[in-house]
Amino acid sequence: MLEIKALKSAYGRIEVLHGIDLSVSSGEIVTVVGANGAGKTTLLKCLSGVQPVIGGSISFRGETMTHVPGHKRLKRGLAQSPEGRQIFTNLSVEENLRLGAFLFTDARVDQDMAEAFQMFPVLKEKRNLNAGGLSGGQQQMLAIARALMGRPACLLLDEPSMGLAPILVAQIFDVVKGLKALDVTVLLVEQNAFGALSIADRGYVMETGRVTISGSAKELIADPRIREAYLGH
Amino acid sequence: MPELMQFLLSGLTVGAVYALVALGFTIIYNASDVVNFAQGEFVMLGGMITVFAYGAGAPLPLAAAVAILTTVFVGVALNKLAIEPARGAPVVSLIIITIGASILIRGVTQIVFDKQIHRFPAFTGDAPIPFFGATLLPQSLWVVGGALTVFVGLYLFFTKTLTGKAVLATANNRLAAQLVGINTGWVMTLSFGLSAAIGALAGVLVTPITLTSYDVGIGLALKGFAAAMLGGMGNPKGALVGGLLLGVIEAMTAGYLSSQYKDAAAFVVILAVLFAMPQGLFGAKSTERV
Repeated sequence: MLEIKALKSAYGRIEVLHGIDLSVSSGEIVTVVGANGAGKTTLLKCLSGVQPVIGGSISFRGETMTHVPGHKRLKRGLAQSPEGRQIFTNLSVEENLRLGAFLFTDARVDQDMAEAFQMFPVLKEKRNLNAGGLSGGQQQMLAIARALMGRPACLLLDEPSMGLAPILVAQIFDVVKGLKALDVTVLLVEQNAFGALSIADRGYVMETGRVTISGSAKELIADPRIREAYLGH
Repeated sequence: MPELMQFLLSGLTVGAVYALVALGFTIIYNASDVVNFAQGEFVMLGGMITVFAYGAGAPLPLAAAVAILTTVFVGVALNKLAIEPARGAPVVSLIIITIGASILIRGVTQIVFDKQIHRFPAFTGDAPIPFFGATLLPQSLWVVGGALTVFVGLYLFFTKTLTGKAVLATANNRLAAQLVGINTGWVMTLSFGLSAAIGALAGVLVTPITLTSYDVGIGLALKGFAAAMLGGMGNPKGALVGGLLLGVIEAMTAGYLSSQYKDAAAFVVILAVLFAMPQGLFGAKSTERV
């Protein structure tokens, strides 16, 4: 479904992605783990078209979209729940969700919103409140729900566990795992390697702008190099 | 008592113009955090172009439409040629660009038209209407009615339409707006066009009362800015109330103190707001968790 070949990106003249090869098949949960600064977020920004690509290619559902502008990528089925949630803090919870479906005006929008509220009942309780007043965990739920409102075929999730209490982390990972049943393919970027690998089918390890190890999630969890570097034992 | 009523009426009329300028500020500020100091030039263009189109023989409504459309074109061009290429620059730089643009627009207007003071006839005659012992010009009703209509229209646009919410979303978080499929470049174009249209409309409405010339923009921009600050920058309700309030304060200052102090009222208001309540009357108190 998503095919990334020799992808390069730079901030100014400093190259930060040195040729990433990565693929995600339809229906999979694939995770990219690695330390802070490895280039994981930059990779997702390239995929969403909000960070310039200077080499390589991205193809999605058989179409090249290396240089398609950011606002046109959701229409093609690629959504992102960005790092740091990036919800619209000046609008209500419901307005955030409605804007997630900005591309649509049909009756399914209401239906999707009802499903989002079913998935995250706490958002329903707070639907008319300003999103800026939500707690970190609630903001994360809103960010995921907003991305799902765009009816994506593939969801890019950037650090959904960041800054959350362990109980909320478990809840968020459960939701991500449940996306499989909704036919949403997931590319999950995480520093929480163990949590991410335990729900993923396959994984990639990134270090300083390169993929260093890849394999099935089971292999990666068992890999001594990864256990040592990322799992802490 | 009739004196007070007279000051109040003229204050509300001028205040309605300030409110329209402040609403123009509000739209662009909401979309981009930029305070567009060329907003006053939009008002000037609205008046000046109507004067010359009317002088060339066009009926007044057509002349007004030409003026508003031309000003929209200027507003969009300002965004495309000066603001968009500087995207990513600090907001202060963008504000300085708008000051530069306002000087350019003023200069070009002075060359294309002239340096004289102009007016065109009021829409529905000049016969004063008696009102509780004071008199009211019919054109004042047009000005106040215009401001209220624009306010209601904008309120509905920002709270009821998806496009309006997309503008607010873009202002709040440009990255996230792009990720949900909003074309943020188009939102900026829309905001500048809308702002220019509102400014030009204000110019068309008020010129029969206050007259116009190539250099009326800078004063209006500063008054409108004071009004927007007083009401709370970024809030349409604040722009309306702030504008009307500033107009009344100005009229009372001119009436009861001295007309020489009239223009000082706006600046005293800016200072008082900045010292006492920087968010203005209706400004959002920012309570955001991170």
